[in-house]
Amino acid sequence: MDITFKNVSYIYQRNTPFAHKAIEDLSFHIPSGSFVAIIGHTGSGKSTLIQHLNGLVSPSSGEVTIGDYRLTDEKKPKQMKELRSRVGVVFQYPEHQLFEETVEKDIAFGPQNFDISETEINKRIKEVIPKVGLQEELLKRSPFELSGGQMRRVAIAGVLAIKPDVLVLDEPTAGLDPRGQKEMMDMFYTMHQEEGLTTVLVTHSMEDAVKYADHVIILNNGTKYMEGKPEDVLTQQEALNKVQLDVPEAVQFLQSFEKRFGVQIPFTRQSTKEIAQSVQRYIKGAGPHE
Amino acid sequence: MRNKFIEFRNVSFRYSDEEPWVLKNCSFEIYENEWIAIIGHNGSGKSTIAKLMNGLLFPQEGEIIINGQQVNEETIWDIRRDVGMVFQNPDNQFVGTTVQDDVAFGMENRGFPRAEMVKRIEQNLTAVGMQEYRLTEPHRLSGGQKQRVAIASVLAISPKVLILDEATAMLDPKGRMEIMRTVSNVQEEYKLSLITITHDLQEVVQAERVLVMNKGEIWDEATPREIFAKKEALREIGLDVPFVAILTDELKQAGISITNEPLNQEELLEDLWTLHSRT
Repeated sequence: MDITFKNVSYIYQRNTPFAHKAIEDLSFHIPSGSFVAIIGHTGSGKSTLIQHLNGLVSPSSGEVTIGDYRLTDEKKPKQMKELRSRVGVVFQYPEHQLFEETVEKDIAFGPQNFDISETEINKRIKEVIPKVGLQEELLKRSPFELSGGQMRRVAIAGVLAIKPDVLVLDEPTAGLDPRGQKEMMDMFYTMHQEEGLTTVLVTHSMEDAVKYADHVIILNNGTKYMEGKPEDVLTQQEALNKVQLDVPEAVQFLQSFEKRFGVQIPFTRQSTKEIAQSVQRYIKGAGPHE
Repeated sequence: MRNKFIEFRNVSFRYSDEEPWVLKNCSFEIYENEWIAIIGHNGSGKSTIAKLMNGLLFPQEGEIIINGQQVNEETIWDIRRDVGMVFQNPDNQFVGTTVQDDVAFGMENRGFPRAEMVKRIEQNLTAVGMQEYRLTEPHRLSGGQKQRVAIASVLAISPKVLILDEATAMLDPKGRMEIMRTVSNVQEEYKLSLITITHDLQEVVQAERVLVMNKGEIWDEATPREIFAKKEALREIGLDVPFVAILTDELKQAGISITNEPLNQEELLEDLWTLHSRT
């Protein structure tokens, strides 16, 4: 589903002395099937943005469109429940939201809310379990006996069992160890591709943004600061430094290399191996190829 | 030669008799005024080590000596004065209604005189760059600011060891930078031992020594440079390797003979430049 924000502003506690503008005049367009990374510091408006995507909040002004669903200040779509069945949100530390007696019941909870038949739910659970990297033996266990990483996978399975078209991920790898982080991101990326999802990833990691996203949006103080392809946006060191963000390490290296050697190797999201090979060509006396 | 401050002698720990060992026969030493990083996959025993160091947990086997005293029920109150700890979640460690109340809390518990408290609040909030927020309510602070206050609160009771147990994990990059800058200044100024438990490679690189945990055992103990040279092995135990180390490997494979194991991009570029200008 296409996602469009048109001049969206959102004010918390509007018309009170505590009124606080979290998003201001935000416009962007995410075509269906994209993998978008949203980057910004704490307080930049990321979480408020996400809450618009499945109608947890409606814009104070402006308009949000998700597929055929429109959200404005005056009207919430009648089919809010339908919207929520199509936009799955994995919040930060989703394992904190587990509550059922068994893994199976916890995964079933989401689809049950959307009146999906029991046979269908059982079928989906079977499908979703291997996708998130869990074993079927765990289904009868209490989710609270599992490790943190497994608990998070259960929570994610619950969102996937709704079969959303849009998957929103709010820092999905926070608190995992490096291997866990990589496995989790690879899992989302595979699902994104296999199921033609539209994926919105909120992250602090420039490395993840450059590796997985085809489009990045950088937020600062509730407004859009930059937007575009990762290789265009995430190479602008000066602009990023201004909002205390940094370019990915590979970009940093290429830029320092250029300063030192006066040779420009453009960043095209190439692999580290390819970077090494390009560098090799410029280093005199660098070995067998000379 | 520096003095030993913390010593683990064949320490094993498990939560109950039915459960597997979380730490198995661990022995190591931490010196005065040393920065050591502890890394390892989730569940490798890192945080258990931290909790054993200030008597939040006690080992079933082996002994832990801190500042010449064995950690046990009788000594923990002395030891906790020496071992300050900052945890992962900035929202779980605030007790005061203002920043200065929070810093005062630990000192009040230990019966510091008021004049001394006032002095130390000022001194330690300045050390972490939070003096202007003395009267601010904690919920108005960012995650990084909260953690800096938490560090000031711990420093106020003049510990000899500061343990950061994934204290930057929940912060954004800006917050992480603030904390690492603060911590490195503080270590310099206060001459304390610093133990950072982390997955963040930037934090590991800054340490003098790294303790690598795997499945409850000490897997390795060496300088960051030596540790990151073992790329494949690190990956096998679920850990990450810095970009510079990966690039260095690829450069070697491409036929560039880099002899050192560079720890950061500057070192790598320097090596490349030397090679380049030699011919």
